[in-house]
Amino acid sequence: MPEDTLVPEKTTLKERFLDFYRDFGVARLIIFGFLLFLLASALFLKLPMEQILSSILTRFGMNGILVLAMIPSIQSGAGPNFALPLGITCGIVAATLSIELDMAGFSGLFFSIGVAAILGAITGFFYGILLNRVKGQEMTVGTYFGFSIVSLMCIFWFLAPYKSPEMIWPYGGSGLRVTIAIQERLGKVLDNFLSFDILGVTIPTGLLLMFALFCLALWVFSRTKTGIALSTVGSNPRFAESSGLNVNRYRIIGSSISHAVGAVGIVVYAQSFGFIQLYMAPLFMAFFAVASILIGGASLKRATVTHAIIGTFLFQSILVVSMPVANVVVADNIADVIRIIISNGIILYALTRKEIGGDVS
Amino acid sequence: MTSDSRGQSKKLALQETEAKAYKERIWKYYLRKNVVPIFFIVLCFFGGYYSGLSLPFLINEIITRMARNSFLVISLIIPILAGMGLNFGIVLGAMAGQFGYIATANFQMAGFSGFVVTTLISIPLSILFGWLTGKLFNQAKGKEMITGIILGFFANGIYQLICLYFMGNFIPIRIPTMLLSTGIGLRNTLDIKSMHYALDNLWKIRINIPGLIFPIIIPVFTLLAVAVLCVAIHFLIKTKLGQEFRAVGQNRHIAEVSGIKVDKIRVIAIIISTVLAGIGQVIFLQNLGNINTYGSHVQVGTFAVAAILIGGASVSKATIGQALLGTLLFHTLFIVSPLAGKNLIGDAMIGEYFRVFVTYGVIGLALALHAWQARQKRR
Repeated sequence: MPEDTLVPEKTTLKERFLDFYRDFGVARLIIFGFLLFLLASALFLKLPMEQILSSILTRFGMNGILVLAMIPSIQSGAGPNFALPLGITCGIVAATLSIELDMAGFSGLFFSIGVAAILGAITGFFYGILLNRVKGQEMTVGTYFGFSIVSLMCIFWFLAPYKSPEMIWPYGGSGLRVTIAIQERLGKVLDNFLSFDILGVTIPTGLLLMFALFCLALWVFSRTKTGIALSTVGSNPRFAESSGLNVNRYRIIGSSISHAVGAVGIVVYAQSFGFIQLYMAPLFMAFFAVASILIGGASLKRATVTHAIIGTFLFQSILVVSMPVANVVVADNIADVIRIIISNGIILYALTRKEIGGDVS
Repeated sequence: MTSDSRGQSKKLALQETEAKAYKERIWKYYLRKNVVPIFFIVLCFFGGYYSGLSLPFLINEIITRMARNSFLVISLIIPILAGMGLNFGIVLGAMAGQFGYIATANFQMAGFSGFVVTTLISIPLSILFGWLTGKLFNQAKGKEMITGIILGFFANGIYQLICLYFMGNFIPIRIPTMLLSTGIGLRNTLDIKSMHYALDNLWKIRINIPGLIFPIIIPVFTLLAVAVLCVAIHFLIKTKLGQEFRAVGQNRHIAEVSGIKVDKIRVIAIIISTVLAGIGQVIFLQNLGNINTYGSHVQVGTFAVAAILIGGASVSKATIGQALLGTLLFHTLFIVSPLAGKNLIGDAMIGEYFRVFVTYGVIGLALALHAWQARQKRR
């Protein structure tokens, strides 16, 4: 009977569990299991859990906003934003500008964030125009576009007329330094804001608040008329077109927001890290952000704030815990190798999954 | 003159102008079609002039680089014909080649026989890797290129895991100098001096140029290997298998309907490509004489792809000529850009950064143009 199919069947606990399992996916289950195994071995090895927890929290807040930058891009149907280095360089330009103008503390931070967001939005706008011409190949084009921008910016860092002695090479070399120390300026401004200790675990309140603020902003945005239109465009472009939405316009909006958030993300990352890394450093940053959101349960066509939060937490936890565990058990560098395998493995997994809906050939 | 003859001369003049316009159109068509290689030829001449290098030196360098890189670039052609785009997965073939060298270095093989054994070891490994890559690409149809890029990174992680933590641990290594001082994991550089120039030295022609210290050296057998490969690819395309590649490349669905096993053909295309890349990497490394264990393979895909695109190939069309021309131009740029940058702006790094930018930029631009054209065609 046709009516029967409309009524949802009573789901038993087993079916519901299987549903959850299917939704969660094998790859994520493996990663989650791996994290539990790492935590258990960390406990077993009597590693200082307070320090581990503190650094998980810091790294969680540090990378969170970069991961959030993936959401508007995925929602607008352009897939994960592999061209994130574009936004990241905007953020770095803003941060170096604040140092050049001799700013420090919160004023420097907010100046950097403001300029980063504006620059990111502008470049994102132009990048969106490009993306509209290459529908269906956004990821490949984005990857190499990001790469080429990073190498082009290398020439910029080399020739840029910065004067601040903190940033240029001390003995007459040309160009900016490879890493710029910013402990005196933006360093840990957010991390130390209202931070407190519980049971030896340091909570970087300001950093987490900032991350929460951006999560909230993106969540609210996805509930607005524009936000809903954006995800409609992403999930079914033809339907969106026929209901009178300008698909290309919303894709440009998605790209713009994505790069603006990414630009802010790197400023927050740098202030927590204490250094600005120039030249080839941003080359692979997009992949870790992409991997993070995919670990959190997102797919190439669907992503929410929750996915970003869970994903960042899982990915960063694995990174933080695996380092000391690997140090004690095997060799020092294995954590890095594990990071490469996990992050690219999860992207491969997402790429090979068949998705329903959408008209990407 | 009668009106008739005047009419005839008018007609003749008209024909002439038509022919002229036609010629012009053809000329413009060729110009537009070959705009990428022409641009890079100009860039290479410009860079070559400002690099201040002497011509014989430049020719020598170019011959060396053509001999060692052409094989890798040509390995990209078959997947392009089969409609799978640029096979960034050839990184796995390069890894197979390096595993071959690790094995032969471990058993202290030397000379040409060592080189042959290395090649023979690399082939089954390449077939295995290519088969896996092909299976993966069939799961991600339409997204082969990005899958290939990420697969390269993923495979690099596995490769590092094997070389850094399994070698000397689970996999016994007989030569202690190959390992790090801890006894686990390979060193950063693997010395294969015993197989240095194993193929090149079989027959080298030296052309002395009066007034120059270094002669121009032509490694005949290496170039011969490339030539044999070119001929082989040329004939392969003409066989039934080659036609099936092309049929799959033009339209998967029509090919499927007309009885071609599309998935199988695609896997075969990738296997051929990976095997050729493996052999290509073996040839490449015998010329260098040492392996950067954790770096030699990383850029193989990017460089080969950039080279074939500079030669005028696109994501869906490539010929042997384009591959060879692209290798020539890309590597000329490789040689001259640091020096030209130094002479023009006063710093070699600028030229180096510029070259990296060109490498990535060309790939990005070619991919963007192709996606754009494909969209316009669909309309």
